[in-house]
Amino acid sequence: MTARDLVQLIFFALVLRPFLTLFIGLRVRGREHLPAGPFIMIANHSSHLDTVSLLGLFPLRRLSRIRPVAAADYFERNVLVSLFSKTLFNILPISRKKITTDTNPLPRMEAALHAGQSLILFPEGTRGSGGELAHFHSGAAHLIEKCPGVPVVPVYLVNMGRSLPKGEWIPVPFFCEVRIGLPQKFPGHGREITTALETAVRQLRDL
Amino acid sequence: MINQLDPVWQMGLIVLVVLVFSSGLVALMRLVRPQGDFSELISRIKAWWIMAGVFFGAIGVNNRISLVFFGFLSFWALKEYITLLKTRTADHRALVWAFLSVPIQYYWVGTNWYGMAIIFIPVYMFLFLPVRLLLARETAGFVASASQLQWGLMAFVFGLSHLALLLMLPAIENTNANGRTLLLFLVFVVEMSDVLQFVWGKTLGRHKILPAISPNKTWEGFLGGIISTSLAALLIRFLTPFTPLETVGVALLLTIAGFFGGAVMSAVKRDFGVKDFGGLIPGHGGMLDRVDSLCYSAPVFFHYLRFFHY
Repeated sequence: MTARDLVQLIFFALVLRPFLTLFIGLRVRGREHLPAGPFIMIANHSSHLDTVSLLGLFPLRRLSRIRPVAAADYFERNVLVSLFSKTLFNILPISRKKITTDTNPLPRMEAALHAGQSLILFPEGTRGSGGELAHFHSGAAHLIEKCPGVPVVPVYLVNMGRSLPKGEWIPVPFFCEVRIGLPQKFPGHGREITTALETAVRQLRDL
Repeated sequence: MINQLDPVWQMGLIVLVVLVFSSGLVALMRLVRPQGDFSELISRIKAWWIMAGVFFGAIGVNNRISLVFFGFLSFWALKEYITLLKTRTADHRALVWAFLSVPIQYYWVGTNWYGMAIIFIPVYMFLFLPVRLLLARETAGFVASASQLQWGLMAFVFGLSHLALLLMLPAIENTNANGRTLLLFLVFVVEMSDVLQFVWGKTLGRHKILPAISPNKTWEGFLGGIISTSLAALLIRFLTPFTPLETVGVALLLTIAGFFGGAVMSAVKRDFGVKDFGGLIPGHGGMLDRVDSLCYSAPVFFHYLRFFHY
């Protein structure tokens, strides 16, 4: 365990988990669907609470092996934000723009999976209003195509965007919910996978 | 010997006896009818054990713990209500202030500043929230937002904080009564009435009182519940400064107020299209499903006492 792991563990145990339980009153449906080994989690995105709530699902000893995939242009915009998100959330920063061989996120995500880590992806690419689900970008599908053996867990997050919408910094304690679907394999190619992922997340929304 | 105990402990003993009796009764029913399904009853009684334990723990130690407990009760009830509202993005900051009013209100109560505790939400929050809403520059839905928010604050912050106001009342000379014992009297009478109305309704209920709002409430349940509760209240008269007649009268007043509190919250649930306010307490629903009657009976009891006994 590194010093970073320890700082993250303490922060989750003493700050974020009590915050999620006592302030947000987070409800979790389908916790038993979380795989024991590496996985790719696909979720809708409407708030900074999304990542916090998803990381809060795991036992503390697993925490250091869960990597939220995050936009480098946002989470590395300055030294402070970068240090904060890397230390406390262990993000895997990827480039959203100007993809070259050097900045191609796919090999880095594959490497993380091969190293036994799990990835959290928000294929909408940015935080939405919390209303209609935006169309998924193709990155998640490319990754799934390259790593067909890794189980994919669809997740739908409820009310996060109401509690802490884009542009706000103080959360309102609406009850929020995490709906975890059954881990699945998504065979096929590119577009098919993307559509199937959207359907899987939408099914959880309409439960 | 029992008479020498602190009235709070005496009350604890009574509640223990009631709980043991109910659990015993269910165990007996299972013996008599092993094929029957008692799972809902069992989970309800189990929840009562836990709620009674938490409640006595919260009011038995010191005022600070009690205030934090009641503050949390208000906070959770407001959370359940606000989550069901159709809020607008423009309401965000006003909602933050609405939640902030919870600790502020309990601070006034805790510092015994009665005048402030009694006007803070009805006057200052009432004036302030619409101002915060208009700063968001969104007029569509303005009145709805302002009214729904203020109603929630009145019911779940102002109304429920009367439990804490009761707790802070000083002792009444030449009696056992003080804030803590009066709070116990209220909570016992109101919760007992909820349970007994349910029991009478289940066994004898025929004629519905409010079919459009609360289809499970019947005249038989209502009358049986409030009368039997008011008689049971005589057993715990030692918590109060009341004469026997006044005890029965006050208990009737509280159970009727509690009935309307429950009915009003049922109407709110109907409007939102939900059956329960949440899933916090197994067999009971959310926090609001348990404290709905208290939102009405606590203010009524507090102001009755202030008028006639303080």
